[in-house]
Amino acid sequence: MRDKVAIVGVGCCQFGENWDQSPSDMIVDATYEAYADAGIDDPQDRIDAVFTGSIYSNKGPHECSDALKLWKPVTMVSNYCATGTDAFRCAAMSIAAGVYETVLVVGYDKPKDRGVAGPSVVMNQVRDLPMTPAGWFALCAATYFEKYGAGREDLARIAVKNHHNGTLAPKSFLKREISVEDALGARMISWPFGLYDCAAQTDGAAAAILTRAENARSFRDDPVLVKAVTVFAGPNPQKDPGNDFLSWKPTAHAAKEAYRQAGIENPMEEIDVAQLHDCFTLTELLSYEDLGFCRKGAAREHVAAGTFELDGELPVNTDGGLKSFGHPTGATGVRMVYENVLQLQGRAGERQVADASLALSHNIGGHPTACGIVILGRA
Amino acid sequence: MSTGIVSYGAYVPPTRLSLASLAGRPPQEGGPEKAVAWFDEDAVTLGVAAAVECLRGFDRASVDGVVFASTTTPFREKQTAALLAKVLDLRRDVRTTDLGGSLRAGTRALETAADAVAAGSARRVLVVASDCRLAAPGSPLERGFGDGAAAFLVGGSDAIATFEGWHALADEIVDVWRGPRDRFVHGWEERFVVQESYVPRTVEAVRGLLERLGVAAGDLTRAALQGPDARSHGSVARSLGLAKEQLQDPLFGRLGNAGAAFAPLLLAAALDAARPGDRLLVASHGDGAEAFALAATEHVEKLEPRRGVAWHLARRRTVPSYDHYRKARGLEAGEWERGTDSGLSATIHFRERDEDLSLIGQRCRRCGSVQFPKQRVCETCFAKDDFEPARLSDRSGRVVTYTLDHFFPTPEPPTVVTITEIDGARVHLQLVNVRPEDVRTGMAVEPVFRRIHETGGRPNYYWKARPLPEDAQA
Repeated sequence: MRDKVAIVGVGCCQFGENWDQSPSDMIVDATYEAYADAGIDDPQDRIDAVFTGSIYSNKGPHECSDALKLWKPVTMVSNYCATGTDAFRCAAMSIAAGVYETVLVVGYDKPKDRGVAGPSVVMNQVRDLPMTPAGWFALCAATYFEKYGAGREDLARIAVKNHHNGTLAPKSFLKREISVEDALGARMISWPFGLYDCAAQTDGAAAAILTRAENARSFRDDPVLVKAVTVFAGPNPQKDPGNDFLSWKPTAHAAKEAYRQAGIENPMEEIDVAQLHDCFTLTELLSYEDLGFCRKGAAREHVAAGTFELDGELPVNTDGGLKSFGHPTGATGVRMVYENVLQLQGRAGERQVADASLALSHNIGGHPTACGIVILGRA
Repeated sequence: MSTGIVSYGAYVPPTRLSLASLAGRPPQEGGPEKAVAWFDEDAVTLGVAAAVECLRGFDRASVDGVVFASTTTPFREKQTAALLAKVLDLRRDVRTTDLGGSLRAGTRALETAADAVAAGSARRVLVVASDCRLAAPGSPLERGFGDGAAAFLVGGSDAIATFEGWHALADEIVDVWRGPRDRFVHGWEERFVVQESYVPRTVEAVRGLLERLGVAAGDLTRAALQGPDARSHGSVARSLGLAKEQLQDPLFGRLGNAGAAFAPLLLAAALDAARPGDRLLVASHGDGAEAFALAATEHVEKLEPRRGVAWHLARRRTVPSYDHYRKARGLEAGEWERGTDSGLSATIHFRERDEDLSLIGQRCRRCGSVQFPKQRVCETCFAKDDFEPARLSDRSGRVVTYTLDHFFPTPEPPTVVTITEIDGARVHLQLVNVRPEDVRTGMAVEPVFRRIHETGGRPNYYWKARPLPEDAQA
């Protein structure tokens, strides 16, 4: 896979509570930005196939092709919150396999049409209860805090960082600095998560155009290469008899494979910028460790030292992450690719990480039961 | 061989409503109160709790029949005894009966079971009496009602108390009733009910029994008399010439009138204290009255100690206010949703009833690991279709991890959500009867059967966990 596929265009609509926009509106905004970015003005001729992903849509692949009037092979992918990365993976594989020349990836979701502020609680089974996503992801807290002495303050620092970064990203939803005290004093959602420990659920769409690496420069001079892409499934952590609730297994499995593909031996030193799946602050903290950025239990010291802040050793969630850029489920993995491409091309404005040449995005889904990782590099 | 009670169990919800709260005052600690089922409890869950206690230490496969007695079964059409048999993981060829309609249903169930055993058509029958009656908020009846359940295993050998005789009489009277469209129980003027129904009929039934047995009132060790309130209960006792020490404490101001489960609960309380040779009398009233007598045997002292009525009454939590109670019982519109009319799939429930209702997981025959729910391929060694069922409902477990979910809709947030390990299986269970600040990893817990939600417009049941009582910890 390594260096066979290039990204030649990216686009992202404004994330937020887009009351006046339909999914189609957002798909068109993101995709036409990506067309322009790739210098494509004749998409009907240039796009061979579409890979799309959404959790809340019930219209299937046609929603995307109808919005864009692209009557092409369209594949719709579904993998909970890792949907965007999985759609990207399928698109990249189709290019690497030589099936298509140039393809479009579009991730989108429109949760704000459902009339509820939080995630949906869908029940069609008796045992479908008994909690919310905040509850699933909080299950590592009691065990992790007990073993490694971390606490809510450590989580609050991650929220403060991501809120700050969000103020620097033009298309982010939340543009508001918060303090550690704000985070600790907010209303409780599911212990230890207060309101600011939780990602902002928003509407949004993001798009990317992929082509064969050898043709990339016919689109633009600074294409970005796919160094690794993988999506792993893992056991349901809630029923897995071997789960220690100190890490999320899918991330560890996916990281090992992604580093193998990309030839990375020391991720902390080699990776310059990373977008991690911060659906909840603790998820980001655990991911520092599960991705091998630091040893198990050491995340807290790095949070205190500012390692993952914008001017730190390895800036994480430079655009504010799910926390403040927003989390339109199916779009998130593609939005992470969008941000990493901007970073690698030096187009990230005030939040630019100097000389970024290798970027990682990490996108988990389910309880979590899936993890997708994409590693991109400058050509 | 003589027919009698082989084992028994009781359940009284730990939530207590101070009668002061009913009058709009702050709860009065130590003052009169009543036991109230909480938002995830009903006649079914109370009955299961009593039945689990009753069957502790007994082979569940020995149960040939189940009789469930209640005036508050959740379904008009759909049997509760069959649900109980499933929850308790009894044999498939068990005979199940629901009895309702009258506050005498509990004692009727006992005689029905005794008859079946005496006739030889069943060896052991489980009788479960349970009630959660609602009176209109603010009505005089509301003050008196309490919730609870009692269960008895009736059999022909090893009885702790044998049945000595029965006497019953039927009476048609409109005294206390609940019509087809009524949510609340109604009563005619209290003095009419007491003077023309409760007192004369109960006295008549007890006298009839004593005559039939050739026994004087003074020969009774203990008399467990159901009654609507302390004063009329006292009238019956006086009419019968029963001395104070002969009376089983009717628990007014502590339990409340537990409907069809009231006389059975008082019998359970009497059995808690019974000694070999004691003669016990039980009387119940409703559309007539009835009484029966039992003689305690030497087995009564051999029965493993259990969570009896006194045990449950000692474990209590005062409801903070009447508003809390109304919200929990669905007596006012709350913010939390009870579930919609759509969504829940009866076919999924059908396929998963072993897990949902019996809390049955599986043990891998190849690697021995226990898993929940059942699945085709082993979570640990990947063996296919090589499992045996593992019942987790009667085992204790420990909390692996937890969270306190404030977002989940419930009348009393936060919801304590755990991953609990039972026999090595990880089960996602809510934890109840615990203060959120007291939850710890490693905490010993036991499964309890509860209403989990009302999606589909009907009660759906599943298991939760509660801290293992200190006296049950090894």
